[in-house]
Amino acid sequence: MTAFDADLSGFVTHKPGEADRLELLVRGARCAACMARIEKAAAAVRGVEQARLNLSTGKLSVTFRAGKADPARVVHAVEAAGYTTTLFDPESAIQTRDAEGRRLTLALGVAGFGAGNVMMFSVPVWAGLFGQELTPSARALMYWASAIIATPCALHAGMVFFQSAWNSLRRGRANMDVPISIGVILTLIVSFSETIQGGRHAYFDAAVTLLFLLLIGRWLDHKLRARALNAARDLLALQAPIARRLDADGTEHGVPVAKVAVGELVSVTPGERVPLDGQVTEGFSSLDNALITGETAPLPVEPGSIVHAGALNMDGRLLVRVQARAEDSALAAIARLMEAGAQTKSAYVRLADRAASIYVPVVHSLALATFVGGWVLGLGPREALLRAAAVLIITCPCALGLAVPAVQIAASARLFRKGVLVKSGAALERLAEVDTVVLDKTGVLTQGRPDLIDPPTAMLAPAAQLARASRHPLALALVRKAGPGPVCVDAREVAGLGVMGLVDGRPARLGRAAFLDLNNVDASESELWFGFEGETSVRFQFADRLRHDATATVTALRKRGLSVEILSGDVERAVARAAEGAGISKWRAHLAPIEKSKAIDDLKADGCKVLMVGDGLNDAAALSRAHASIAPGAAIDASQNAADLVFEGDGLMAIVQAIDISRAARARALENFGFSALYNVVAAPMAIFGLVNPFFAAIAMSGSSLVVTLNALRMHWAGRN
Amino acid sequence: MNIIFVLAPASLVLALVGLGAFWWSVKDGQYDDPAGDAARILNDEPDDGPLP
Repeated sequence: MTAFDADLSGFVTHKPGEADRLELLVRGARCAACMARIEKAAAAVRGVEQARLNLSTGKLSVTFRAGKADPARVVHAVEAAGYTTTLFDPESAIQTRDAEGRRLTLALGVAGFGAGNVMMFSVPVWAGLFGQELTPSARALMYWASAIIATPCALHAGMVFFQSAWNSLRRGRANMDVPISIGVILTLIVSFSETIQGGRHAYFDAAVTLLFLLLIGRWLDHKLRARALNAARDLLALQAPIARRLDADGTEHGVPVAKVAVGELVSVTPGERVPLDGQVTEGFSSLDNALITGETAPLPVEPGSIVHAGALNMDGRLLVRVQARAEDSALAAIARLMEAGAQTKSAYVRLADRAASIYVPVVHSLALATFVGGWVLGLGPREALLRAAAVLIITCPCALGLAVPAVQIAASARLFRKGVLVKSGAALERLAEVDTVVLDKTGVLTQGRPDLIDPPTAMLAPAAQLARASRHPLALALVRKAGPGPVCVDAREVAGLGVMGLVDGRPARLGRAAFLDLNNVDASESELWFGFEGETSVRFQFADRLRHDATATVTALRKRGLSVEILSGDVERAVARAAEGAGISKWRAHLAPIEKSKAIDDLKADGCKVLMVGDGLNDAAALSRAHASIAPGAAIDASQNAADLVFEGDGLMAIVQAIDISRAARARALENFGFSALYNVVAAPMAIFGLVNPFFAAIAMSGSSLVVTLNALRMHWAGRN
Repeated sequence: MNIIFVLAPASLVLALVGLGAFWWSVKDGQYDDPAGDAARILNDEPDDGPLP
């Protein structure tokens, strides 16, 4: 968002008895110095009581002294310090506190406390198992002490699993938490009955240690998702922002887009995005539709033109009469497609759940068979139940519970160091499965910005003097090529046409062909003309160039057995050129956003698992419908939000690295499952034949978890070399 | 051997104090911004503490 001069009081939350409060998302803060600078800048604004930045989430909370709230000044101050900001819609800001994370941290702490302290009483019992002197009454004392510590801890820490198991059972499915919950509860009941009857086999320590190990896995998984959630929240930057509504008295008010009614007037200054669909009533400008349609050429608009929400206004102030409410706009139609895509993605069954669907019935029938079989064969109900419980606890799912999260956190940390942000563990799993890669052209294969090609060198320096007076993307490209230098005198920009001014004392013009009265040339949108008054004009041509490693990336993807194609919204000529440059033979051009997502659906119907790489708003729907998706860090927020992974930097090779690492992660996870299965094949018979004692259970459980974690760490070490 | 009846509860009480402190620190939001807290210690100015 650009600095805003209109009234923004609609974004301040008022709660009786509390200070007025404003929440901003600040981007670009990385270190202690940034944090201090931002907080100081915000706190220096008149009326601000306190400003505090959360560096982990990028959220700046500002409280105001009573009746002094002036949010626009705070936005100004922070942006003047050099950071971009986004206002939170007050309603959505409430949900940003990470309640789930706090609950898991607390449960982890409680389980850790229980597991550690119960050992104090478990070690004497184990010593008793190995012939050390331990009278039955002393053992009963140890067990009672264990019960007093372990039971409340297990019930508190286990609540996370009990609730999830209950929810899953109510929907008629059994997830991993069902055997965990049954195992923990049954173990506690059996242990109490053993303790009361003076028996030798109580497993209080096992129950709470199991929960501790499982919670580590759960906590890691949550951490991974929480980091991604922060990235996803940036969608608000596109959807909740502000429209400058022009009221009847001629004053501008910044209001949430949702509050603008059809027929009202909004103004759009250069550098802002059009907030809502509508018709231009006043002003001339050109619009950058690259992120909406994928077209690279700017589109000139004048009174009467129809404009779509999301287009970037480049050079003139426009007044737009709103024709559709926010939820009816073209943008909202794309958002609905994205929502539908997200639903199909949530139906994806994760590796761990697939493992659970095999594990749960096998282990439960085994435990039941042990109980029934043991009773029938004359063990008596007490011993039979004890062995059944031993089966449940020894075939412990903690290796399974850790197998995937430990690998995925190591994989995502490795990708993070390479500048790739992974939004969820499921995303990594889906990415490992893809067989087709669909690339967008503008902004993915190409840089997404025009570059000057083969300039007439003699005229570059004088033309750049005019170009420096404009913010038009073609002018910026010209300046980039020319480097630093003087600005012309008496510069005047005519919106949508060009710039005129005095260069070295002579009047000159830079702009469209029509601006220089050249009517008989073959004019195109991706060129500028420059000429001194009365002299012949020269042409500067611009093109959107391929990224430097586009061709290498396509080759590398092919080498991994992936088929590559392009789906673009740009005109045929431009797409054909890019496809040829990158060495891709399958491409389609001129696709509307809906057609793009339709094309993805068709590929899916053919049995392909598609990886979509896209950056524009026109890709957002396709990104959310594809099996897996990646967006560059320069992409529009909606696309970053829809994508599973986001990569930084100029190169496309990150896509190849992400695929490699996700495949390695999948291999590690499968190895871990293999190990868990092997361990259970050995351990389960021991439990069935009554060979397990509390000491063995404790060693086996932590040992298997340790092996699984070490295997996951190979992922981490591999990245170091 | 009777000393165990004093020492075991005593160590438990100590551990419970630790657990209570941990509980308070989670509820107090001290784990909400690990990156920020790590950076904040480098600032010279006194800190007002988190907003409610």
